[in-house]
Amino acid sequence: MPADFNWAIGGEAGDGIDSTGKIFAQALSRAGRHVFTSKDFASRIRGGYTAYKVRTSVEQVQSVVDRLDVLIALTQRTIDENLDELHEGSVIIYDGERTTMQDVEIPDEMVGLDVPLKSLAEDAGGAIMRNVVALGAACAVSDFPIENLNSALEKRFGDKGSAIVENNMTAARKGRDYVHEHYDQEFGYDLECTDENYVLLNGDEAIGMGAIAGGCRFYAGYPITPATNVMEYLTGRIERYGGHVVQAEDELSAINMALGAARAGARSMTATSGPGIDLMAETFGLVATSETPLVICNVMRSGPSTGMPTKQEQGDLNAMLYGGHGEVPRFVLAPTTIAECFHKTVEAFNLAEKYQLPVYLTADLSLAVTEQTYPPEEFDMDAVEIERGNVVDEETVGEWQDDQGRFKPHAITEDGISPRAFPGTEGGVHMSTGLEHDELGRRTEDTGMRVQQVDKRSRKVETAKAREPFEAREFGDPDSETLVISWGSNEGAMREAMVFLEEDGIDVRFLSVPYVFPRPDLTDDVEAADEVILVECNATGQFADLIEHDTLTRVKRLNKYDGVRFKADELAERIAAMLAGDGEEEEATA
Amino acid sequence: MSSDVRFTDFKSDAQPTWCPGCGDFGTMNGMMKALAETGNSPDETFIVAGIGCSGKIGTYMRSYALHGVHGRALPVGAGVKLANPDIEVMVAGGDGDGYSIGAGHFVHAVRRNIDMTYVVMDNRIYGLTKGQASPTSREDFETSTTPEGPQQPPVNPLALAFAASGTFIAQSFSTDAQRHAEIVKEAVEHDGFGFVNVFSPCVTFNDVDTYDYFRDHIVDLAEVDHDPTDYEDARSRILDPGSEYQGVLYRDEDSVPYEKKHGVDANMSEIPDGAPDDAMDLVREFY
Ligand SMILES: Cc1ncc(C[n+]2csc(CCOP(=O)(O)OP(=O)(O)O)c2C)c(N)n1
Ligand code: SF4
Repeated sequence: MPADFNWAIGGEAGDGIDSTGKIFAQALSRAGRHVFTSKDFASRIRGGYTAYKVRTSVEQVQSVVDRLDVLIALTQRTIDENLDELHEGSVIIYDGERTTMQDVEIPDEMVGLDVPLKSLAEDAGGAIMRNVVALGAACAVSDFPIENLNSALEKRFGDKGSAIVENNMTAARKGRDYVHEHYDQEFGYDLECTDENYVLLNGDEAIGMGAIAGGCRFYAGYPITPATNVMEYLTGRIERYGGHVVQAEDELSAINMALGAARAGARSMTATSGPGIDLMAETFGLVATSETPLVICNVMRSGPSTGMPTKQEQGDLNAMLYGGHGEVPRFVLAPTTIAECFHKTVEAFNLAEKYQLPVYLTADLSLAVTEQTYPPEEFDMDAVEIERGNVVDEETVGEWQDDQGRFKPHAITEDGISPRAFPGTEGGVHMSTGLEHDELGRRTEDTGMRVQQVDKRSRKVETAKAREPFEAREFGDPDSETLVISWGSNEGAMREAMVFLEEDGIDVRFLSVPYVFPRPDLTDDVEAADEVILVECNATGQFADLIEHDTLTRVKRLNKYDGVRFKADELAERIAAMLAGDGEEEEATA
Repeated sequence: MSSDVRFTDFKSDAQPTWCPGCGDFGTMNGMMKALAETGNSPDETFIVAGIGCSGKIGTYMRSYALHGVHGRALPVGAGVKLANPDIEVMVAGGDGDGYSIGAGHFVHAVRRNIDMTYVVMDNRIYGLTKGQASPTSREDFETSTTPEGPQQPPVNPLALAFAASGTFIAQSFSTDAQRHAEIVKEAVEHDGFGFVNVFSPCVTFNDVDTYDYFRDHIVDLAEVDHDPTDYEDARSRILDPGSEYQGVLYRDEDSVPYEKKHGVDANMSEIPDGAPDDAMDLVREFY
């Protein structure tokens, strides 16, 4: 396990927790350290406990663990909520002048640093900077050069003028100096810096960036947690490339606008979360049957209904695989890391256009809202390829007309793929409809044509399976008798869990699957293993069902549906217990 | 745009299955005329249709077209237009499609003011599902689902559009071919969202709002003293209960369409072969 350091700031929603946490994460990243962040937040704007956690190391970090070394507590509740993660020697920074913190309870074995955050901030120019004072104090505790914090403050406040930046730097310095002057002790933390340059971003941002890189120019959406950030990212950026974002009146409108834009030839996308997916279901069928390329991004949160809007879950797999009436092909892609959110978004657009069908691109809340550092080369823009599939122009349209010169947008072909003509193309005039249709796109109830069109649409899936590398990502010991399979954001926690397991002498093979449909055939892998454990954040094991269905073999299920993502150490423990037999046939515990 | 387009170029070779005498025939002819006369060609036109007898129009016209799901034609039209502002977009549907299931989209399409045309074939009944009350049915109009009449006042589509800051609000009568085509043409030419509510009688299920009824009651705004650019004039006519006007009720001469306001002018079907040249800047933002 890389030598890591775990830091958090917690308080009430409205205390500026998020931006303070982000500044610290950025300071670490700018110091050439790897960072992984996570947020505990409730579905409210003001009041209520909220925390921003940062795990950092010189090696890449891809998960959270149950451990906190330094905690900035703006409320007593912050300490209470995190007691389990605090340990002997953990440092708690608080403001004893704050009325609610005067009788603060710091457990004996921990170090409490009472720093007058508010008064020091006032000395520096305003009480609003008290969190920055706390950041300065944290620098002192962790022996972290304050220049790096200054660089992050510059980035955060640069727009607001040099005076504001200066004041914040002063505030930070006051926090650091206060600790040095009043607490003459070694805390035992040392945050070494490197010369590396990393970028720090979350999954929603990676999806937005992938969309622009992948040629998406039209986005219509309706705000919903945790998908809104995709829209916020694209707004103000997509215009630079001739694109546009519309905030529609609801999800029904959003998907229909996106459909219209796609028919006009734009690479087009909408993003939403579970409740929005339900609303889009009717049009989803139209997208599929009119063979329109569209990327529908579902950033999953806890369901059903409005569930727990700010909590993690991977519960919408069935809705995406089977949602909508009738039978229509669709692809479901599930990036497994934040970087993959970028790559899979680019791929989603290519697949949608090559196979002319709707592609669900699904991230989960954990991927969407947490940030991770990467070397910038991870997002290699030169490697982005754009494949538009079978689009005809004025020269080629003739190949796809019938003997009366009518264009055939639903031509029956061997590979199931028909031609596309964008409006404005002379000779490509045609109508599309949600009704069953013939090759010209005209309504039909002819039994033969119905069967031919259904078969044609499903042939695209077979074609894609033959042409595309729908493979799993493989980790660990290829010969291990224990096979762990997961999808979505669990990859990071599992990869780090493998390090813990190895320390206990347990080797596993791990397959992380980014393609839900079509998906790789794992029959041989499952058959070769003695134990197969399916890890996912839902109660019923929706992905496990699929694997059992594909391989005709029972697998063990390791589920979590309390709204909190898997942590690496927790996951390692539960896998070890399952292998030892204690947790065997373990009830799907929360 | 080509000048030698004739209105029959907008006719497909599909045989309409509308009941003989249905008002939708006239509505469609007027739409085709308006498109041809404004210099559009089928190659550069996109028709979006809703669901209902009215929605079948996309099949009988010839252009790029989409026949969508019930009530959602307007957002599709918006998407087409924003992705390629060079395309002429016309959206058509029924009163159920537009003012019931699609009412939310209607209000927002009006206030969004994208440069397209919306034609509603208002027969004050649900035709395709065989004669149930629609949002524009009269309060006492007996139907299979409202044996005593809906017992709710009808929606006033013109007022809805007016309240939503509509910039072009008109009404026509499908069988008055000349006037109807003229009015739709004006809607097409309007810089912004051109809305036309068309009396398009259902001869099979509506024996109240018939051709005779409209002939007897229609007041043509061309024949009375009405200035469509005068807000107060427009308001008093639009809110006049029991009136059946034909003509342009309101036109905002200062209308600036959404595309202009938002600088949307690119043909988005044209994209580079790979990521944009400066795409690494997007990554650097995250330093
Ligand atoms: C979601 C949905 N609900 C119901 C229907 C059934 N339906 C088809 S047409 C229609 C009403 C059409 O009425 P209107 O828009 O007035 O058009 P008309 O047929 O009178 O031209 C209904 C309810 C449907 N197709 N989709
Ligand atoms: S049912 Fe009415 S609206 Fe439908 S085609 Fe017949 S006459 Fe027209």
